[in-house]
Amino acid sequence: MSLEEHREITAKKPRAPYTKPTDISDPNYFHKVVDCQWACPAHTPVPEYIRMIAQRQYTEAYMVNWESNVFPGILGRTCDRPCEPACRRGRIEEKPVAICRLKRVAADKRGDIEHLMPEIAPKNGKRVACIGGGPASLTVARDLAPLGYHVVVYDRDAAGGGMMRSQIPAFRLPESVLNEEVERILDFGIETRFNQEVTSLKKVLDEDFDAVFVGTGAPRGRDLNIAGREDVGDNFHIGIDWLMSVAFGHTSKIGKRVVVLGGGNTAMDCCRTAKRLGGADVKVIVRSAFDTMKASPWEIEDAQNEDIEILNNHVPQKFLTENGKLSAVVFEKVKPEVDENGRRKMVPTGEDPVVVPCDDVLCAIGQENHFPWIERDIGLEFGEWDMPVVDKDTFQSTNPKVFFGGDAAFGPENIIWAVAHGHQAAISIDSFCQEKDIRERPAPNVTLVSQKMGMHEWSYHNDISNDDRYLVPHADKNFTLKDIKMEVELGFDEQLAYDEAMRCLNCDVQTVFEDVKCIECDACVDICPVDCINFIENAPEDELRQNLRVPANDLEQSLYVSEILPTGRTMIKDEDVCLHCGLCAERCPTAAWDMQQFLYKEGQAKNQRVAG
Amino acid sequence: MSYIAKPKFHHPKLPRNDLGLTRRDYEGSMSTLCAGCGHDSVSAAIVEACFELNLPAHKVAKMSGIGCSSKTPTYFLSKSHGFNSVHGRMPSIATGANVANNELKYIGVSGDGDTASIGFGQFAHAVRRQVDMLYIVENNGTYGLTKGQFSATNDRESVGRKGQENAFECIDLAAMAIQLGASFVGRGFSGDKDQLVPMIKAAISHKGFAFIDVISPCVTFNNHVGSTKSFEFVRDNEHTVTATDYVPTKEEIKIEYETGTTIDVMLHDDSHVRLRKLDADYNPSDAAAAMQHIMRYQEQGEIATGLLYLNVNDTELKEKMNLVDAPLNALPFSQLRPGADALEKINNSLR
Repeated sequence: MSLEEHREITAKKPRAPYTKPTDISDPNYFHKVVDCQWACPAHTPVPEYIRMIAQRQYTEAYMVNWESNVFPGILGRTCDRPCEPACRRGRIEEKPVAICRLKRVAADKRGDIEHLMPEIAPKNGKRVACIGGGPASLTVARDLAPLGYHVVVYDRDAAGGGMMRSQIPAFRLPESVLNEEVERILDFGIETRFNQEVTSLKKVLDEDFDAVFVGTGAPRGRDLNIAGREDVGDNFHIGIDWLMSVAFGHTSKIGKRVVVLGGGNTAMDCCRTAKRLGGADVKVIVRSAFDTMKASPWEIEDAQNEDIEILNNHVPQKFLTENGKLSAVVFEKVKPEVDENGRRKMVPTGEDPVVVPCDDVLCAIGQENHFPWIERDIGLEFGEWDMPVVDKDTFQSTNPKVFFGGDAAFGPENIIWAVAHGHQAAISIDSFCQEKDIRERPAPNVTLVSQKMGMHEWSYHNDISNDDRYLVPHADKNFTLKDIKMEVELGFDEQLAYDEAMRCLNCDVQTVFEDVKCIECDACVDICPVDCINFIENAPEDELRQNLRVPANDLEQSLYVSEILPTGRTMIKDEDVCLHCGLCAERCPTAAWDMQQFLYKEGQAKNQRVAG
Repeated sequence: MSYIAKPKFHHPKLPRNDLGLTRRDYEGSMSTLCAGCGHDSVSAAIVEACFELNLPAHKVAKMSGIGCSSKTPTYFLSKSHGFNSVHGRMPSIATGANVANNELKYIGVSGDGDTASIGFGQFAHAVRRQVDMLYIVENNGTYGLTKGQFSATNDRESVGRKGQENAFECIDLAAMAIQLGASFVGRGFSGDKDQLVPMIKAAISHKGFAFIDVISPCVTFNNHVGSTKSFEFVRDNEHTVTATDYVPTKEEIKIEYETGTTIDVMLHDDSHVRLRKLDADYNPSDAAAAMQHIMRYQEQGEIATGLLYLNVNDTELKEKMNLVDAPLNALPFSQLRPGADALEKINNSLR
């Protein structure tokens, strides 16, 4: 049947109201199907590099990462991994693909990449200052320096890296890995002004800069003002300050009994560091319930593996001192209760207070922004909570020359968000310096290519692995606890990496449906292992979702809707748990289904430079 | 055919039946038939029906002969019993098995060649003896395994893929089954599972010979313009005379139909078949009228589908032969082989 004939038939059967056919030419449609990439703030093409790892193309896998997230070796160890809870595999079985650990494999096993680095364009005469040498600033520097910008990076410390250096312990992130990736960027001809704390933004602006990027993070750890706080003296430490002092070698021991207050990742780093500096009895004590602790589950697990006790539902009340020295912390026990509005509240249990004797307290109950060095009369407006007013898309402040990113922009997040902010800020700074509209963002680079090679041959591996998630091997605790610089996670070896990579469902290899070819034989419906394909009468979307073979109640997951077919039915595919196994395409007699790889690369500053 | 195994993962919210099983638990091996083959849809309909009937797979025996259709029992109910017989000889094997153990549900799957040509005599006698089974013919009017010659069920006016004329009259297996005394006769289309699944469920619940002729297009050799067994032709010319609803025993009857348009028939296991007459003057309990009706459609180049004939008053083979109820494998050895004395007694009684 010709396309015209087909359209004629379908036009005869108007059924309103109904759900409109999906526009797959909109890059967001298929991008959203790649859950991991969609969830990644930097939109790293995850399945693309996982396939490369399976093929032992580690260097290529590293470069896919480097382009998107700048710090594959660092992030492969420390990322907050928003991709993993999003992973489709976690919806069809218990655990998602170990994406983060695979990223590390690419970094561990890659070859030389010198020749793959971008060419540095001749200087364009524009000067950009980056204040703070952390992941956000370094991303801005990496994106702008190759375009010819003269980038100056300020940091109060002696080396770049920011919180990646000062707050992440070396047993999680070896210094060599950090240095390698930081220096690679600094080698792009970046002017560094390290050991220089910027005390006045005005002064920086007065120097001849065309734009200033503020990436100073959230540098101030929260204090705990409860009874006895003023008497505890030197045995009370603010978590992030203490971690920094350890990182730079100023602190090398701690008391035998240590109490860590707080339940986030900083608390986990504090307790594990304390354990390595002489803390024999280290307890993490948190006011929330265990299941609402802020720390990533794997970091909690690692702390527990090192025999660190976690006490939940304990609210600190006062510090006790003996002979002018900290002796204990007193806690009130609470329990979670749901009030009449359905809100969870912690209420006292009425039990006796708990006294925990200790020699040192590490306070890791949060961190915040701090901008005493930004003058309030330079056209830079501050809003709620004394935070600068920053545009969510352009990262520009109300002073058009000044841009923010990372934790400095909207409060504490994590490295991968800082990188994502850096990319966007770099685009804005580039547009601003070239006197272009900064609201106009570069389009993503998108390709959609058929993977069919023969009758039943595909250029990707569609035989779904049934394996459970592989655990990453750890170094022997007897050694790691004695050496603060010894990395605990050993990373996957080649075989483990291959086996784990095979768990990836290749969600970027999309099921593409061409309605004019379909003869409605239902073969795809019969073969689909997860019942996601339906041929039913079109209806409004909420109705459609209930009429499927298995109702599609996760509204976050899209429905793929075809044109109305000759029998009057419509193909509706629920993307939710599609295995991307390609059996629909294999069983389709007319190739109405095809498996096509969708590669999405987020637009970056360099994409504004495409010739022509 | 595909070379990868069907992934074991299923939809996490896939419904479970009374046995705690999902539809996926009733599947078989990966099909080796051509992509898009109607037979795979029939297999899927059988899977769905068995799932919905809460049948334990080990209480089912799959019987077949030779041909594309006869390969399909491998592709459903992998945990059931099965026998793949010589070409056209499935009815004899099914008859023997049925007599030996009537506690199993027998599902025979055959094709137009296996049934209407080489096994025509076998088929006729299984029907007339009322062997208690479901006999499905996956009817595509062509010999797919030998590259697409006309079969005996190909309509006279249906042309071959290269425009060849068909010289011979076709055998209408549904009409034939009614004439030979089948007590349950239906016709379905592999592309219409809404109709086929309840019909299969009713046929499995029916006691006696249940026959379903399923038009199942051959995408490779008989799905062209000019074929009367192509997806497009069947969709355009199918005429449903009765719509079948299957109502399991425990479910209360909720829907009220206009009187005169609905026939409610109780099957031997207390489940019901509800027939909605789409042709007002159709009477599915009158064999002669049913045959006439079917032939009238055929004359017009149309295909009558639905449950065409139903008779719950006839008895099945074992009752007719007054055979023992218990499966032979459950009888004690002394009863199974009563010994020389008993034989002598029988012989004496005949002298």
